[in-house]
Amino acid sequence: MNTESKDVRFDHKVILDLISEGSSVLDLGCGSGDLLYLLIKEKKVHGQGIEIDEQEIYKCVAKGLNVFHGDIDSGLAEFGDKSFDYVVLNQSMQQILRVDRVLKDALRVGKKIIVGFPNFAYYKSRLQMLFHGRAPVTGSLPYQWYETPNLHFLSIYDFISYCQVKQVRIERGVYIGENQKISFLPNLFARIGIFLVSRD
Amino acid sequence: MNKDKKNAQEGGAGVVKTSSFTFDALKLESGDKLGPVSLAYETYGCLNKDKTNAILITHALSGDAHAAGIHENKDNPGWWDKFIGPGRAFDTDKYFVICSNVLGGCKGSTGPSSLNPKTGFPYALDFPLFTINDIVNAQKRLIDYLGIEKLLAVVGGSMGGMQALSWLVNYPKSLRSVIPIATTVKHSPQQIAFNEVGRQAIMADAHWKSGNYYGGPLPSKGLAVARMIGHVTYMSDKSMAEKFGRAKKAVEGPFKFTADFEVEGYLHYRGDSFVRRFDANSYLYITKAMDNFDASKGRPLPAALRGVAAKVLVISFKSDWLYPAYQSKEIVKACKLAGIETTYCEVDSSYGHDAFLLEVEEESHLLRHFLKKVFYAYEVTGEYGE
Repeated sequence: MNTESKDVRFDHKVILDLISEGSSVLDLGCGSGDLLYLLIKEKKVHGQGIEIDEQEIYKCVAKGLNVFHGDIDSGLAEFGDKSFDYVVLNQSMQQILRVDRVLKDALRVGKKIIVGFPNFAYYKSRLQMLFHGRAPVTGSLPYQWYETPNLHFLSIYDFISYCQVKQVRIERGVYIGENQKISFLPNLFARIGIFLVSRD
Repeated sequence: MNKDKKNAQEGGAGVVKTSSFTFDALKLESGDKLGPVSLAYETYGCLNKDKTNAILITHALSGDAHAAGIHENKDNPGWWDKFIGPGRAFDTDKYFVICSNVLGGCKGSTGPSSLNPKTGFPYALDFPLFTINDIVNAQKRLIDYLGIEKLLAVVGGSMGGMQALSWLVNYPKSLRSVIPIATTVKHSPQQIAFNEVGRQAIMADAHWKSGNYYGGPLPSKGLAVARMIGHVTYMSDKSMAEKFGRAKKAVEGPFKFTADFEVEGYLHYRGDSFVRRFDANSYLYITKAMDNFDASKGRPLPAALRGVAAKVLVISFKSDWLYPAYQSKEIVKACKLAGIETTYCEVDSSYGHDAFLLEVEEESHLLRHFLKKVFYAYEVTGEYGE
């Protein structure tokens, strides 16, 4: 497998930078395991994935990854407190039925958690709503309303406000536009938000 | 030549022979001593110089040492032939694969039908009750005899999975991985109930004679009924519907309750062919060992697994109602809590419990890659991935 920079997803590169060498990582909704594979290869992490899609499990196993076949909603309860350095929810949080419970559990199981999600308030989404009067379909939200796996739609501000309400500490926030980090008006110009958060 | 035979002979392990290993005595968990003990076993592939490529395959209730290839002048390939051979999941070009008939079995290993050296007659019910752990302790003797310090993997489905779990709990330092498939930490009341009905069918047969039927007519009817019940539980509602539907057989007999439906004929056939190859007393003893099995002996399983360095792959099948996925998830949960590196997959199959013998493609994929990872001690390197 080639991990030359051109082939690595930009959000994966951001997460790679957030994770320290040799740590333990639980990837919730790990898909085909590309991120875990990258983390193991580049940062020598001890990785464990959870994924609900059977076909993705086969891809993970072909990469030599440890992965559990199951849904995130019920898969976290069995882990002990602080059993991982990081719990990652990249592009999977918006598809979880009971987000609040899972985030709470992730903060229990992981010393830190990394959350990456598409920003619903991205300007292109806003324009589609404003000018077409249609539910937005963009690069990071590529689905029609009737086929989307996403159950929750949130903006970067929504997540920040959630963290304030739930007393979750935001250690880092990285905002991604079209394959570059941005800092100016992230709630408007970021396609994706990635947060490193923890709870004391 | 039939297709399966051809497959086993040409693409597979080829013509194989059963060997036998005998040791003087085995102390059983009950405290009883049994000896001498013989184990029938087969091997496929070659043990490498460092003896790091040995895989022990543990068989299910009615299995035997003949897991792959064919015997000379015989037609039946081994029970897991599609998984074992050059280029197959258990690649005999890379791995040395061992399968032995369980203690208490009737296919070459010491069991109730073997001669009791003290009397010169078959043991019958003088054979001591034994456990899954006893079966495994006997296997360990064989593995020692073969000069293998550390197995690459112990793999088995159903009762074979129980043996794999027993290996994991009792000999964690003698293996690098275990693969329990379609199995459980301990039998549920439902599983015990099905086994008990089978046992009662055998013991209700007038020919059973408290186990002393050797040399006379066999309790064939009872054993056949036990096997028929077994087969019902090995299939799923869907796989039965697909295989038989409500199709009726052409034969019409004078008797009112002939086997009219295809499914009845199938069960009769399965029952009848089983009695020709299996000993009724072995069936009683082995099912009892399954029912009594508790991988962690009453302790919480995570406690029994703490500190274990082996890797684990757990596989279950969606339509398996005899060993439902929740039982496999119990194993996974214990591994999680014990901090064991674990992979779990619930394969979407409609074959029911039999799926572990039949889902060749998906299961092979999981087995092949998992074994490769363990064999090369991968922490995932750049060379990995295909």
